[in-house]
Amino acid sequence: MPPGISTSDFYYILPELVLTGGALLVLIADVLLPRGSKALAWVTLLAIGATIASLVPFGSTHVEVAHGLLAVDQFALFFKIVFLGAAALTVLMSVRYLEIEGASPGEYYFLILCATLGMMIMAGGIDLLTIFIGLETMAVSFYILAGFIKPNQRSNEAAVKYFLLGAFSLGILLYGMSIMYGLSGTTNLRTMATAFVGQERDPRLVLAVILVVAGLGFKIAAVPFHMWAPDVYEGAPTPVTAFLSVGSKAASFAMLLRIFLEGLPSMSADWRLMFEVLAIVTMTIGNLAALTQTNIKRMLAYSSIAHAGYILIGVVAGTPRGVAAMLIYLLIYAFMQLGAFTIIIIMRRQDVVGDELKDFSGLHIRHPFAAFAMLLFMLSLGGIPPTAGFMGKFWLFGAAIDAGYVRLAVIGVLNSAISLYYYIRLVVFMYLKPQGAGSPVTTSPSLGIALAVAVIGTIFLGVYPRLLFDLAEMSARTLGVAAVTAAIR
Amino acid sequence: MLLLIPLLPFVGFLLNASFGRRISKAAAGAIACGSMLASFGVSTIAVWRLVGLPPESRALAQTVLRWITSGDFDVSFTLRVDPLSALMILVVTGIGSLIHIYSTAYMHEERDSEYARYFSYLNLFAAFMLVLVLGSNFLVMFVGWEGVGLCSYLLIGFWYQKESAADAGKKAFIVNRIGDFGFILGMLLAFVRFGTLDFQEIARSVAALRPETTFGTLSALTLLLFVGATGKSAQIPLHVWLPDAMEGPTPVSALIHAATMVTAGVYMIGRNAVLFGHAPHTLTIVAIIGTATALMAGTIGLVQNDIKRVLAYSTVSQLGYMFLAMGVGAYTAGIFHLFTHAFFKALLFLGSGAVIHALAGEQDLRRMGGLKRELPITYWTFFTGALAIAGVPLLAGFFSKDEILYRTFAGGHLWLWTVGLLTSLLTATYMFRVVFLAFHGERAGEHPAPSTEHPAPSTQRHLHDAPPAMALALIVLAAGSVLAGYVGVPRAVGGSNRIEQFLAPSFGEVRLKPDATNDARAALLQPGQERQEEAASATEGLERGLMGVSSAIALGGIGIAWFFFLKKKRAADEMAVRFAGVHRVLANKYYVDEMYEAAVVQPIRIASDEGLWNGVDVRVIDGAVNGVGGLVGGSSSALRRIQTGSVRLYAVSVMLGVVVILGYYVWR
Amino acid sequence: MITPTHYMLLSSALFIIGVAGVMMRRNIIVIFMSIELILNAVNINLVAYSSQLQNAVGQVFALFVIAVAAAEAAVGLGIILAFYRNKETVNIDEMNLMKW
Repeated sequence: MPPGISTSDFYYILPELVLTGGALLVLIADVLLPRGSKALAWVTLLAIGATIASLVPFGSTHVEVAHGLLAVDQFALFFKIVFLGAAALTVLMSVRYLEIEGASPGEYYFLILCATLGMMIMAGGIDLLTIFIGLETMAVSFYILAGFIKPNQRSNEAAVKYFLLGAFSLGILLYGMSIMYGLSGTTNLRTMATAFVGQERDPRLVLAVILVVAGLGFKIAAVPFHMWAPDVYEGAPTPVTAFLSVGSKAASFAMLLRIFLEGLPSMSADWRLMFEVLAIVTMTIGNLAALTQTNIKRMLAYSSIAHAGYILIGVVAGTPRGVAAMLIYLLIYAFMQLGAFTIIIIMRRQDVVGDELKDFSGLHIRHPFAAFAMLLFMLSLGGIPPTAGFMGKFWLFGAAIDAGYVRLAVIGVLNSAISLYYYIRLVVFMYLKPQGAGSPVTTSPSLGIALAVAVIGTIFLGVYPRLLFDLAEMSARTLGVAAVTAAIR
Repeated sequence: MLLLIPLLPFVGFLLNASFGRRISKAAAGAIACGSMLASFGVSTIAVWRLVGLPPESRALAQTVLRWITSGDFDVSFTLRVDPLSALMILVVTGIGSLIHIYSTAYMHEERDSEYARYFSYLNLFAAFMLVLVLGSNFLVMFVGWEGVGLCSYLLIGFWYQKESAADAGKKAFIVNRIGDFGFILGMLLAFVRFGTLDFQEIARSVAALRPETTFGTLSALTLLLFVGATGKSAQIPLHVWLPDAMEGPTPVSALIHAATMVTAGVYMIGRNAVLFGHAPHTLTIVAIIGTATALMAGTIGLVQNDIKRVLAYSTVSQLGYMFLAMGVGAYTAGIFHLFTHAFFKALLFLGSGAVIHALAGEQDLRRMGGLKRELPITYWTFFTGALAIAGVPLLAGFFSKDEILYRTFAGGHLWLWTVGLLTSLLTATYMFRVVFLAFHGERAGEHPAPSTEHPAPSTQRHLHDAPPAMALALIVLAAGSVLAGYVGVPRAVGGSNRIEQFLAPSFGEVRLKPDATNDARAALLQPGQERQEEAASATEGLERGLMGVSSAIALGGIGIAWFFFLKKKRAADEMAVRFAGVHRVLANKYYVDEMYEAAVVQPIRIASDEGLWNGVDVRVIDGAVNGVGGLVGGSSSALRRIQTGSVRLYAVSVMLGVVVILGYYVWR
Repeated sequence: MITPTHYMLLSSALFIIGVAGVMMRRNIIVIFMSIELILNAVNINLVAYSSQLQNAVGQVFALFVIAVAAAEAAVGLGIILAFYRNKETVNIDEMNLMKW
């Protein structure tokens, strides 16, 4: 046993260990099971389920593990639940997609689990080193997943673009991190926070903050670091796009909150300003660019950029309420975004790609429930009550006003108004256009489950959001937010 | 129990939406009508119980669930019936039921699945409308507000085979986005200012304040809410969508675009009467916009040739009246007019629907005429409705319109009163123009133009009057158009103005400008003050005098219509020639659409065609965006061009971001 | 005498060369090599700081960066190879199926 690491540390990383074991099990099962067996998906789900079960003992834990490499707290727990839930839904929606595309499922599920593991480490990491390791575990898995449909040129292209730009942004991020280390002599975020007090004017530190903002801005797809997103989202296999837009984004936000709220509270005046500008530009450009898209995956990519802008409002507010609003929004966003992608996968048939706007023509006649579910997701993404999306936006904008950023709330509302146009356009195609071509739309049991979960989540969190609100507020308080508010006032 | 009121139509929607394709038309219609009638029944019981309570505590509330709670912030999904919402739910469910019944016959030529789809939307609309009027706070109201909007777009575009129908739906959507933007901001501002969204609590905290004499938060907040109201209720400058919305089926026009949804803006102001009462600047703007809209729409209505468009402009004009009433602080009068208008305007629309139905889709007034003999039921009911809207004494419109005009006059707004009176003349004229052109004289073109409303050309040569279901709705509404006014007969002519007593608690204890009558009436309760009594009798005399004036105006308007469109038909054409300029402006609706086109759409189209898109493969979006959408759409296309697919460019963009932020710090 | 500042200058020069390479070169492999330059700039930074601060964390971090860069290189070259099989080119400007 190396010095400084105790057995109890292993106890606290039990969920991560379970997930790693599960991932390895999937690889083994892939060899043992007959080719084309659907059981592999269930093994993967089992691994995810076991991981969720192993989270139970840590419901109210609040410790630092291995000399401050990882934190096991409710903030991390909240995110871990989001990641695992998103991963489970992704697996459910992948089964038939992989079959149609003729891709081998073994490595696919393994990589999904690896990416999830990376996200979990990102959410728990309170040391630049662990955050970096988690980030790369996730990113490398996603590079492969994006290009998983090897014969497909679009998939190839998406993978190359994502890989090159991802590695580029990683370089920028790491350069910023190396300066942060040099100036503080530590990589632990919490120690760093005290080391930086009084250094606010150091130009090297400002440079480091800018580089870290750029690197993270790339991960959450904030304008102007967003340009990879539409191309990658369009080209990557649809379930991967779904997971990328939900899981990767949530994990990057977790990491962003950790770094800036725990590690750089003394620089809050600077990064608040940066994130405020980024939030405004991101919302506006994301929504404007989405307006004229005819490819639904691409439209959702821009919509996802816009949503990153909304969520950034919570960072700018920086209050526990703002962070809680972000957590709420990320969970709600996971349901509606994954739901929308599930519908796109349902549209994918042997003869139809199903991600163009016109493919949705008259869907309410061909498959009324799918059309209704999509209507629900679009309304939710657009923030129409009583769907969950409205609650999320209401909370975010409320937090902004609460923290004195009324202008952000106003711009957010204006953007929601614009965004409704392209969300409703899809509804118009589904309900007010004659029937489209292609074979009939059918679902499979696993797709049905995924869709049902997303629909129920979207409705339930809109009608009865209290439980989520309480959870999120509790989780947000475990983050070092109190330190930030103290530093500002 | 209150929950049942919106829930019943919602269940109807669910049933028709899920099983609509598998059941017969009769079953689909029965589900829809049954759920509406049941909802009407429950509403009646609720109102009955409400009336049983003492006037000062007349409110029933039901909290369905506590929606958001966090610290001191608490928003519940609460439904509340007070006198104002009681009136509204009766209108929505009552007239809604009649229109549902009417629709069973009107939509009979649709395919089974379309028929069920139609009724499911209609039921969903009713459910949202009921949520809108029953909601006890802004958030619940907003649920309904957005919901009715959505149903409205779906129903306007119901005949999506028609390009114009789809465009009209899009237009309504874009215009309403602007309105909703104002509404949401107003709501957020109210939340920041008062820390609550509950109407009663806001009213309570506002009541403690002094009315704003300068333009402050309350004015800004109410003005934003009013922007929302102009969008929903089609007031200047956001009125452009309503006439186009007539592309939807006629019963939809009757229910959504005449009787219920478009009055939501008026209702919202009434709901927040105390709040608006404390922002006199906003009220002045409301009154002026309302009056201007009333006049403008009235003049346009005079020269339109499409029977439904005349009615649409008439609706815009009457809504203007209601806003005028709200603006001068005569909330009761405004809501009273909303109530009577729902009857006669629904009647007129349904009547026009019966005409269109009989003529296999013909909507052009110039091709009608002499229908009186062939469609007696339609004629007599339509005639009743026209009398009512024109303001002929003893019918519904007379009492409500007169109340508004009287209150305007009594409040000292002489100019607004004059314009209102002029509009009243116009109303009588354009309505009876329709009556005379459509039902009297001789039938003009025997060959109907290609049908626009009913896609399937009818082979019937013989005209048939309204079938039983339609006739029933027409007759009931005609009775309503005669009788609805009697709930608010003013004291001046021996009535007791029950509706005012009934509604008063909803508009709060405080009145900004206690107008003359109220003072006088309050004085009447204190015996022994002769001077006050004299004043009271003087105001009553004034009221009677004004009634006489407006009766004369109404009859005069009918006379003008009779002269120009029946007696000397050529005179109308001669007038049109002599005042060709005016006629052209009116026929083109004051060129408002063209102005939007020229100011917003064209520059963008030119810029994007000439500058950005030239020679490049352009994937133009399906159907060009118009209106404000054009502005946004143009910048969207420009933004798309930046995304060239080049990795190197994307890397440049990332570095550019870094450099710009760095530059800011260096520059600082 | 070589001071920490010299190391910083070297690393920032490498960083800028790397960034410029990513933005200006057309060959995917060369772009990838430029990215490796950036990572090496990071490593120089980390190690220089580490020796200046007499603190081993930076060197450990650098080792992790090297390991991860190796993993990334393996995956990246695999992805580029798959792309090359379909397109028969490594010119980045011919990669434009998806745009707008």
